[in-house]
Amino acid sequence: MRRDAPKALSMGGRSALDAFIGSNGALSILVVLLGFACGTAIILAVGRDPAGMYLALLQTLTGYNAASGVWNPRYVGEWITDSMPLILCGMSMGFAARAGLFNIGAEGQYIAGLTAAQFVALYFPPIAGLHWALALIAGALAAAFGGGLVGWLRARYSVSQVVATIMLNYVAFFLSRYLTRLIPDANTYRTPFFPATAVLPHAFLDGLTNHSRLSIGIFVVLACVAAYWLVLERTKLGFELRATGLNRDAARYAGIGVDRAFTVSMAIAGAFAGVAGAIVALGSFPYGRILSGYDNYGFNGIAVALVGNSRAGGTLVAGLLFGMLSSAQPLMQSRQIPKEITWIISGLVVVFVSLRAAFGRLVEWRAKVAASKEPQSAAARSSDE
Amino acid sequence: MSKVLDMVPSILMMVAPILIAAMGGLVSERSGVVNIALEGLMGIGAFTAATVHVLLEPATGLSVWIALVAAAGAGLAASSVHALASVTLNADQVISGTGINLLATGGTVFLSEIIFHQERTEPFELGMMPGPGGIYPTAWIAVVVLLVVGYALYRRPWGFRLRACGEHPEAAASAGIDVRRTRWIAVLVSGALAGLAGACLVLTETIQYTSYTVNGAGFIALAAVSFGRWTPAGVAGASLLFGTAVALSIYMVNIAGLRALPPEFFSILPYLITLVTLVVFSGRDYAPAAAGRPYEKGGS
Repeated sequence: MRRDAPKALSMGGRSALDAFIGSNGALSILVVLLGFACGTAIILAVGRDPAGMYLALLQTLTGYNAASGVWNPRYVGEWITDSMPLILCGMSMGFAARAGLFNIGAEGQYIAGLTAAQFVALYFPPIAGLHWALALIAGALAAAFGGGLVGWLRARYSVSQVVATIMLNYVAFFLSRYLTRLIPDANTYRTPFFPATAVLPHAFLDGLTNHSRLSIGIFVVLACVAAYWLVLERTKLGFELRATGLNRDAARYAGIGVDRAFTVSMAIAGAFAGVAGAIVALGSFPYGRILSGYDNYGFNGIAVALVGNSRAGGTLVAGLLFGMLSSAQPLMQSRQIPKEITWIISGLVVVFVSLRAAFGRLVEWRAKVAASKEPQSAAARSSDE
Repeated sequence: MSKVLDMVPSILMMVAPILIAAMGGLVSERSGVVNIALEGLMGIGAFTAATVHVLLEPATGLSVWIALVAAAGAGLAASSVHALASVTLNADQVISGTGINLLATGGTVFLSEIIFHQERTEPFELGMMPGPGGIYPTAWIAVVVLLVVGYALYRRPWGFRLRACGEHPEAAASAGIDVRRTRWIAVLVSGALAGLAGACLVLTETIQYTSYTVNGAGFIALAAVSFGRWTPAGVAGASLLFGTAVALSIYMVNIAGLRALPPEFFSILPYLITLVTLVVFSGRDYAPAAAGRPYEKGGS
C-alpha cells in the first residue's frame, strides 16, 4: 500500500494534484467522501431525504437532536461504545497488513476472545478489580492463539492465510456455539448472568454520558492504540515486521526471521480482535451470548484498517467514523432512511480503497508524461502507455 | 438405512447451489482472479430471484425460471464491479471482493426495505417444484453447469487460453492472448454462476430472502475450489462432500446413530476438512500460479 508514495516523491516538479493522489491520508479522505456521495445519491434515487441521514449522524456525533432541540450526551457514549470493537478489529487487520498479511480472520478471532472472556466471567472466582481484567486477558490470549495458528500455518506450510482465516472464522463460530451451550442453565441464546465483578466498570463515564453503555473499556482501547504505535514504530520487532511487509525477500536476506514475523504478527493481530470480543462481551451484555450469527465487527474492521492506512492514529479515526455509521443506524431508521445505507457506504469505501493501485498508475502515468515532455526524443518511447 | 436414502433429495438440494457457485469460483481462479465475492454474489442472486419470483408468481407459472435467469444476470452485473476493479484497474482482488461482500449484504436488505418495507423479501407461495424422485431441477442444472465448465475448460481452446492466463499471464500475452479480456469474461461467468447458485438456493431451501439466506454457502464454495484442487471433477466431489455435511447438520436429528453428536459437528466439517487438507497437501501447490496477482501489461 505504501509503494506509491516514494514514486510520487521521486518526481522532480510535482503539482498539487500529484501530491494529492500520492498521499495516503488525502486518498482516504477522498475515498470516504466518495462513499458518502454515492450513499447520498442512492438515498435520493429511492426518493428519500438524505438530510435525515446527516441529521442522524449529527445526533450521533454531538448528542444534539436537531428536530426536537434536545441534547443528550448518551448518544455520544453509544457512538464511542460502538467504535471500540471497530478500532480494535481495525488494528487486528492493520497489524497483519503492516507485516504483509491480509487478515480476514478478525471475525473469528473476535469470537474466540468473546467466548474465552465469557467463560472466565462465569467460572472464575469473583474477585473485584481482578475478575474483568483476567477475562480481558483470557480473551486476548485465546484470539492470539487463533491468529498465531494461521500465521504459523502460513509460515510452516504456506497455507494461504486468506482461505485459512475464512475457514477458521466458521470454526470459531460453531465451536463457540457448541462450548457455550454446554454451560449449565444456558438456554438457546444466552448463559446465566455474569457476576458483577466480571462486568466492565463504568465509573465516572456513567455521569458524563447519561448512562450510556460506555465503559472503561475505552481506556483499554486507547492503551491498545498506544501499544500498536509503540510496537510497530519504535521497537526492533516492529521494524522487522514492517520490513517483512515491505519486501519479504529483502527482509529474509537482511537476516530477519520472516517465518517468525508471520506467526508473531498474526498472534498480535489476533490479540487485538480478542480484546474487542472481550470488551463487547463484558461491556455491552450482562450475560454470555450463544451467537446466532456474526457480529460483523471483524469484517467491518477490514474497512477501518483500509481507510486508516493501517496506522495507529488513522485506524483510531477510521474506527470512530465507522462506529458513527453503525451507531446512527436506529436514528436513521426513525427518519425513514433504511439503516442498511451505512453498510452500502462501508462496502463502497472498501471497493474504492481497492482502487488505490489505479491511483498509483495515474501517478506513474503523469510522471511519464512529465518526463517525456522534457527530452523530446523520449516522447515516442513512452507514448505506448 | 432407508432414512439415509430418503435424505438423498435433500442432500442434492444442498449440494446444487454450492456446486454451481464453486464452478464459478473455479473459472475465475483458473483465469488468475481470486473471487472471494462468491458469498456476496450469491446473496445478490438469491435476493433477485426471490424478488422476481414473488412479484411474478401470480402472473405466470414460469416465474421460477424467469427468476433464475434474472439472478444470473444480476450476479453478472455485480461481478463487473469486481472485474473492473481487479482486472482493468489492477486493484487488490481480495479487497475488492471483500467490498462486494459488504455491498451485497447492505444493498439487498436496503432494496428489500424499499420494495417490501421490511428487512426481507415477501415470502412466495411455492418455490421450485421437485421433479421425479423428489429431486429438484437445481440438481440437473448443477450437472449441466459441471459438464459445460469441464468441457469448456479442458476441451475448448477458450479454456486452454483461460488456464494459461491463470498460470503465466505474461507467456499467454506473448502468445497473442488478450489476458485482460479473458479474465473479464471469467469473472463475469463466475458472477453469473454465483447469481444462479443463489437463486437455486433461495427457490429450493427457503421461501424468502433474508440477510441470513446464503449464510456461508459462498465461502463453502470457495473452500470446495481449494479442496477440489482447482479441477472440475475435484471441485464437484468437494461440493458433494460439503453439501452432504451441511445437509447432515440440519437433518441429523432424524438419524438415530448421529443424534448423539452436537449439531455443530457437521456444520464445522467443511471448514475443518479444507483447513486440514490445505496443510496436508501443502508441499505440492495445486493453485493456479498467477491467481491473485494482477496482470501488468508489458511489464511497465
